[in-house]
Amino acid sequence: MAGPDIPAPASSGAPAEAPTSDERVRDIGALRRFLSRPEFGSISGAVLVFALFLIAAGDSGMFSAEGIVNWLTVAAFLGIIAVGAALLMIGGEFDLSIGSMIGFAGMILAIPALYWGWPLWIACMLTFVLCAALGAFNGYLVVRTGLPSFIVTLAFYFILRGLSLALSTTLTGKTILSNNEGLALRDLAVSDGLFSTLFTGHVLKGFFNAMARWGWIAAKDGGEALALGVPKVVVWWLLLTAIGGFVLARTRRGNWIMAVGGDANAAKNTGVPVARVKVSLFVVTALCSALFAVLQVADAGSAAADRGLQKEFEAIIAAVIGGCLLSGGYGSVVGASIGALIFGVVQIGIGYTSIDNNWYRVFLGAMLLAAVLFNTYVRKRVALGRR
Amino acid sequence: MSVAGPRRGSAPAGGSAAAAAASVGGPSTIEYIVQLEGISKYFGAVIALNGVTLRLKRGEVHCLLGDNGAGKSTLIKILAGVHLPDAGEYLVDNRRVQFKSPREALDLGIATVYQDLALVPLMSVARNFFMGREPRRRLIGPFQLMDHALAGRTAVEKLAEMGINVRDANQIVGSMSGGERQCLAIARAIHFGARVLILDEPTAALGVKQSANVLKLIRRARAKGISVIFITHNVNHAYPIGDTFTLLNRGRALGTFAKSDVARDEVLDMMAGGAEMTRLMADLDDATV
Repeated sequence: MAGPDIPAPASSGAPAEAPTSDERVRDIGALRRFLSRPEFGSISGAVLVFALFLIAAGDSGMFSAEGIVNWLTVAAFLGIIAVGAALLMIGGEFDLSIGSMIGFAGMILAIPALYWGWPLWIACMLTFVLCAALGAFNGYLVVRTGLPSFIVTLAFYFILRGLSLALSTTLTGKTILSNNEGLALRDLAVSDGLFSTLFTGHVLKGFFNAMARWGWIAAKDGGEALALGVPKVVVWWLLLTAIGGFVLARTRRGNWIMAVGGDANAAKNTGVPVARVKVSLFVVTALCSALFAVLQVADAGSAAADRGLQKEFEAIIAAVIGGCLLSGGYGSVVGASIGALIFGVVQIGIGYTSIDNNWYRVFLGAMLLAAVLFNTYVRKRVALGRR
Repeated sequence: MSVAGPRRGSAPAGGSAAAAAASVGGPSTIEYIVQLEGISKYFGAVIALNGVTLRLKRGEVHCLLGDNGAGKSTLIKILAGVHLPDAGEYLVDNRRVQFKSPREALDLGIATVYQDLALVPLMSVARNFFMGREPRRRLIGPFQLMDHALAGRTAVEKLAEMGINVRDANQIVGSMSGGERQCLAIARAIHFGARVLILDEPTAALGVKQSANVLKLIRRARAKGISVIFITHNVNHAYPIGDTFTLLNRGRALGTFAKSDVARDEVLDMMAGGAEMTRLMADLDDATV
């Protein structure tokens, strides 16, 4: 009985550093330092996934220009909301209404444009403003009531999904909107100057055609590239990742976000405006959902009330794979984006292999579990130096 | 320990503000940097503070004494801007203030080291040191960066002054020992506080040597003209460094005493709860005999 008790104090006493106060920092080495980065899990996951698919589908066209654009697009859509979810999670909160917000935002964009004759760019502005307001309301409720954001945003998960369905059926009689009285969303998305510049189509088209001429990538009969170019959603994704990562790592706001998520009380006591930081993170997350919806409408040429189903979970999973702790205060925007990349590669890549598509979800769950276990281990072992 | 001062015998009956004023000597308000006048604070039905008066002179070390639950922490939180008092006046430099957040208190140079230290374990030393007061440098136009280089340098420097050597400012606070964390919190408060430093049981978690360091630090702060409010349970820490002692009991101030007016044993007696302690000691004596 005394047996298990005896080694415990011995082992807990052993790792204690020497009590001298002049050499308190061990040189943990470059590898250990890399291991302790929050992105490490997602980077190694991405390497693993790429290696797997290079072996399983290397010659299937998955890594041709169209193939790459294909999975990059999927990754980019998820990446946009993963950036928001990651920042919010590092700030210590969740948003379960991300997916419902996507469906709702699509409706707010499509209904005024198709049925009320609004210019698309004005409807687009309304979408962003309304979503930001909803995000702020979410955040206000969380901050004000002190309730877990899990519960507050779960309410909006239902409210917004229900509103999307109810609004679209009441106002239009349909739940999938693509055209009305000669107006087509696809045409509007192209013809509206501001909107199409920002959200519709591709960039680097000339470069892709040039690459096709040089024979680097596949060309159509006319000599143009088979892959049109880099979709604008990818540009948005990279841009948001860069901004998010920069803000988190290099600015005062970033320090506030980590402090608020790490210990809200300590942050408040040291003068960090906790409520303001949290509310603005909810707004950012909602804006990311709105951007997702707008880009999706531009891409698909339609809005539907059931869009964005389960996207909140995928965004949170990407953030967790990216090294964000569920308890907040620690994580990486870049990691979350790499998490989204893993999603894109697996989701599209499976189609290029002979593996049944249903394995995608199995993989997803396994990946999440592995990431959480890994993060917990790393945090204890490397970051805090505990065993 | 048996010296039961007649002063304390009369004080608990009420009129604590008057008692405090009398024992300090005639208040010419200019000499006080921070004043709490008849402060009350209620949490629902609980009266945490009931008409407490505390006056902090410029450049003094003011020890706040009292048992657990006496209201010390609540008083500190009012001083620090965490709570607003429900009644009474809070004056800084003789001007009435109503802090809506700790940030406003910090802006007036009132810095607090909380009992829980207000550190985030998962953040680095430098990030913790400058939490809420991040140094910035301009990037382009209105865009500003957090100046990590300056933050790291300053944090390492200020900790070194306290005898804590941290070579890597990116070291995570969670990997530091309790004493090191305590010193980090104190170094941070001194660095930003500048005028009034409030220490909530700073020596509670420290070893003998670190406690001595903290006391030296308090003395050094006082020498720099910083006014200090020092909360402790340990008379050996309070008496050598304190200039003035205020005793709290069950939400009331039982009086303020200048060091010249009280002996060490009297302070100990006050901290231990006076007459009750004497009785308890008598009981214990009986028991051992």
